[in-house]
Amino acid sequence: MRTREQWLKETYKKAAQRPARFSTVSDMEIEPVYGPEDLTADFDRDIGYPGEYPYTRGVYGSMYRGRLWTMRQFAGFGLAEDTNARFHFLLSQGQDGLSTAFDMPTLMGYDADHERARGEVGREGVSVTSIHDMARLFDRIPVDKVTTSMTVNCSASILLAMYLVNAERQGVPWERVGGTIQNDMLKEFIAQKEWICPPQPAVRIVTDMIEFCAKKAPRWHPVSISGYHIREAGSTAVQELAFTLADGICYVEEALKRGLDIDDFAPRLSFFFNLHNDFLEEVAKLRAARRIWARLMKERFHAKSERSMLLRTHAQTAGASLTAQQPLNNIVRVAIQALAGVMGGVQSLHTNSMDETLALPTEGAVMVALRTQQIIAEESGVANTADPLGGSYAVEALTDRMERDALQYIRKIDEMGGMIRAIDTGYPQREIADAAFHYQRQLEDRTKTVVGVNKYTVPEELPIPTLKIDHALEEKQVQRVRKMKQGRNSARVKEALRLVAQACRSGDNLMDPICEAVRREATVGEISDIFRAEFGVYKDPGWL
Amino acid sequence: MRNAFESTIASYKKVELYRMAENRLRIVVAKPGLDGHDRGAKIIARALRDGGFEVIYTGLHQTPEMIAEAVLQEDADAVGLSVLSGAHMTLFPEIMRLLKEKGAEDVAVFGGGIIPEDDAARLKAMGVKEIFTPGASTEDIVKWVRENIHPRQ
Repeated sequence: MRTREQWLKETYKKAAQRPARFSTVSDMEIEPVYGPEDLTADFDRDIGYPGEYPYTRGVYGSMYRGRLWTMRQFAGFGLAEDTNARFHFLLSQGQDGLSTAFDMPTLMGYDADHERARGEVGREGVSVTSIHDMARLFDRIPVDKVTTSMTVNCSASILLAMYLVNAERQGVPWERVGGTIQNDMLKEFIAQKEWICPPQPAVRIVTDMIEFCAKKAPRWHPVSISGYHIREAGSTAVQELAFTLADGICYVEEALKRGLDIDDFAPRLSFFFNLHNDFLEEVAKLRAARRIWARLMKERFHAKSERSMLLRTHAQTAGASLTAQQPLNNIVRVAIQALAGVMGGVQSLHTNSMDETLALPTEGAVMVALRTQQIIAEESGVANTADPLGGSYAVEALTDRMERDALQYIRKIDEMGGMIRAIDTGYPQREIADAAFHYQRQLEDRTKTVVGVNKYTVPEELPIPTLKIDHALEEKQVQRVRKMKQGRNSARVKEALRLVAQACRSGDNLMDPICEAVRREATVGEISDIFRAEFGVYKDPGWL
Repeated sequence: MRNAFESTIASYKKVELYRMAENRLRIVVAKPGLDGHDRGAKIIARALRDGGFEVIYTGLHQTPEMIAEAVLQEDADAVGLSVLSGAHMTLFPEIMRLLKEKGAEDVAVFGGGIIPEDDAARLKAMGVKEIFTPGASTEDIVKWVRENIHPRQ
């Protein structure tokens, strides 16, 4: 039998090769062909069957034959009642779970009537200032039946409290409320950059929520450890994988320091990855992620429960890969990316809409995005068998390679003293900025192609309809918030805020006092102001 | 050890560099608004710096007041605003108003981000020099700055 090396020598002696650098979108070089020599993984030790350690091939034995992934489209704009209408539309179209996008003031801990909120109310997501907005947002949505994901981080503790208090009012006990809150502050400092206080207290609040949910809201996922934003900020696939898992390690260590048992909280940790254009790289990334996490949990953190070892993940197609030019092409990109997610075994999925580089998506564009998932699920056939690419020479080789490279990063971060220390020195931030700059250079010297942008351009673009957000709604929300503040019992609000401040200082779990403050109509901004006063405000170091 | 000749050359070079720096355009790259989308702003800042300009990057979450202040403090010739939050129709005019109020209306304002075409046209009518949208290359932006931004008198 010929070896791969012999075959390569013979083939490339006579075969012409295009003058290109053959590398992934992350610029990881790819071999002309992979063969049995590259299959260094041991089947029993490294690959195995789905639902079996180290879960390379999937976290569940039956995978999508048992249950399809959750189709969960991220939505939010305008006033709470606008987004509530979009939620009802999505549920009527066959979507199974909700996912909430909040506006920037809510995400950064400001009320709609704050000076800094001007021009931003309801623009990038829905405006939620008090429990009343949360009640409008989930009006006629049974929170014991529909699971909800909330994308919010530095003000997550307040929004979770509002969600739970709203459940109370619907008569649903906390034990029956299911969902996920993103609440991954480490990746905020690394990539998405929405913060209030510095990393140390920020992680303390996250850990409070992990502890609180383990005890009082056991169906809730208190943190969704996210690579998505790391990738959007311009990282490579390996960096996304490595920094995300390193963030996960940090949360686990902090929870263990509290005296929690690993198996009491680890099963509720969930993940969120990006799905970019490079199909094989993305499938390999997801497979490597599951294997690394399972081994970390078992070998490093001595988890006993299998459920602690499962890396269950949501995924979203890459927003940064979409183009404003020839936007219909984005439908194709999203389909390829979503397919990689499904072949990579994700548990839930958001597909971006074609118009999202221009504005928030229209209802029509969202429908095409949701239909893309439904076509993959019910027409393409790829959901019929688990891990259909397992055993492919190329995919197994790439999975091994990404595991190796990611572990190298993780080791480096461990040596630096963990992720908080690494963030303080700007290490992951700089790695990402360098990768983003490198990619931009490659686009400009055309070693990487983006169709319609640096190749196959057209002189005249056909405009597509986009969603317009009415500027008047900001004023409406501002007035509503002011009126609410005048009508409540301010002495009771003040007292509740004092108890939140006290818990900040004493180190007691913050969640119960925050829930009480929310019940008494304290706002996102008022509780965030307590954090600002007690913990200080983080400033962007502005590294280039 | 350096000989006298070498250090003379070195100090001469330093003076040259200093002169060049003095004539170099100073550009503030600013990120107003509450969102954290700094990938573009950072890439532009680096590209402008590599293009030979003096670049001051403000970092994230700047208010219009903070940006106008930075422009004055840094004695900048131009300010580039990166807005991806949809708040451009509030932030651009406010920053221009503040610059005018502080007697710095001759500082060129340009920008980029997720800005729909008709909004870009309205901003330009208000005096914004140029709006770059997704897909613009750093090469084009550096070239545009070189051709359109001039030192303040």
